Amino acid sequence: MSFITRGFSGRSHERDERLPPGQTLVHDFPVLSAGPTPEIDTAEWEFSITTETGGVHSWNWQQFMALPIDEVDTDIHCVTHWSKLGTSWRGISLDTLFENVETQYDYVMAHSYGGYTTNLALDDLLDGKAWIAFEFDGEPLDPEHGGPARLLVPHLYFWKSAKWVRGLVMMGEDEPGFWEQNGYHLHGDPWKEERYW
Amino acid sequence: MQHVDGNAIAGPLAEFFAFDITTAVARCNGCGFVAELARAMVYTSPAGSVLRCASCEQVLATLVESDDRAWFGFSGVSAIEVRRR
Amino acid sequence: MSDASTATATTATSEPARALAAVPRAGWHVATVAATRRETANAARLELEVDGWPGNAAGQHLDLRLTAPDGYTATRSYSIASSGSGTRVVLAVDRLPDGEVSPFLVNEVRVGDRLEVHGPLGAFFVWRPVDHGALRSAGDGAGGAASALRARPVQLIAGGSGIVPLFAMATAHAEARDLTPFRMLYSVRTPDDLFFAEELMALAATSDDFRLDLVYTRRTPDGWPNPAGRVTREALEGAVLPATERPIVYVCGSTGFVERVASWLIELGHDARDIRTERFGGI
Repeated sequence: MSFITRGFSGRSHERDERLPPGQTLVHDFPVLSAGPTPEIDTAEWEFSITTETGGVHSWNWQQFMALPIDEVDTDIHCVTHWSKLGTSWRGISLDTLFENVETQYDYVMAHSYGGYTTNLALDDLLDGKAWIAFEFDGEPLDPEHGGPARLLVPHLYFWKSAKWVRGLVMMGEDEPGFWEQNGYHLHGDPWKEERYW
Repeated sequence: MQHVDGNAIAGPLAEFFAFDITTAVARCNGCGFVAELARAMVYTSPAGSVLRCASCEQVLATLVESDDRAWFGFSGVSAIEVRRR
Repeated sequence: MSDASTATATTATSEPARALAAVPRAGWHVATVAATRRETANAARLELEVDGWPGNAAGQHLDLRLTAPDGYTATRSYSIASSGSGTRVVLAVDRLPDGEVSPFLVNEVRVGDRLEVHGPLGAFFVWRPVDHGALRSAGDGAGGAASALRARPVQLIAGGSGIVPLFAMATAHAEARDLTPFRMLYSVRTPDDLFFAEELMALAATSDDFRLDLVYTRRTPDGWPNPAGRVTREALEGAVLPATERPIVYVCGSTGFVERVASWLIELGHDARDIRTERFGGI
């Protein structure tokens, strides 16, 4: 029974070929959260990768910051229909972090401080496609945007770029994370509009 | 981010249930706290709404809406109670 | 099995259960704007004629959906300032900076416009007049039952536009000539920001069972006894019914306001189960 509301125009309609289907350009950086913002001191921060053998590779903040740092300029696309073009980040490539990790498994569950999870294929994390980012726009990453460090997987919808990431656990099967259990797509490619189940 | 109360999402939940489920008492399967869903903390964003236990913050339930579908998940609720009189 | 049903049947209906009983069923309706007026410099009052509206209890809200020509929709929740069985529904909408829907409702909407509304919603944050017939007949039979049924006093606490559902409760209380003691604490920035100013003053002037306490956070009227400032714990303690009277307390306002007030109420001895809150986000 929906009808057009007289005088209501809704969103702006800037078109740009860098925008995937169904996306609208924004210039601010909307904050989307599923809970309270965790406060994580870099003195207590730790990031780990856990494999099927139970092997754990972990880094504290100092060790992490000693790794080679990438500068990343990229567009980001949120499933809630906004995209932000030409964002600049600094972070550690997942290729660097996986350098000495032995695994036969093809899938990863990302775990965050605060309990959030999201699933990813290992193929979507390697070959220069993903980072653990700690700087946005030349500033340390704000806690509300996932600081001190978040996953950055810009070729997938942004819910895959887990804020406050604390570890990756290898999985033999692709199992759904938090949003993926509750309606969202397992993979989340914005160019294929993989938004929901 | 600021949370609101469970009663705030009575509208979309009315699509799932024939009564106002925010008045139903639910038990958190994390800490065992028992309260009306209207008393849960709701974190709402365009991606969806997350109901958290007012006592322990565990996720009780989620609500996701697209243009043509909606999903209600209640992974953190062990049981709900409705009053018959 | 039969033992269990007997036990259930003899359990007295508790007060909260009665308060939650049978609110009208929610549905989508077409609302036609019947009247608009400025409520404050920053807010508008909208009177809607809602086709098929089943009536609503005081304190309920509705979801309002706007649809753009390209199919984009925006839905927001608004508390209802009116109650009862009619099809007239009154909203009072505060314009939020950078809002998508509230500036439209405050600045653009005209009489005759049609809007989609979903409601009535939320059977938890409601107040209903006491059924005094039931009270009296219970009193005729047994004094104990009468005291069990006696209505508990009501404390309303509003921050800013959080007044809307509480105004509905105060109006319902007055219209029903309900004898439940009502007290309202209303925190507002300046005298110019008061919603329902005339109606509230009239209620306070004419009803022995309704008391209004105002707190101005930025600027007071001339000659006001207290300086402008946020509600403090001490001010709250002085202006709300004490926990010993076991009031049902309804708190509505921004999330920060409700959080502060609710935690002070607990400190002042109120039972968390007697406090009902409606946060509308913001700081």
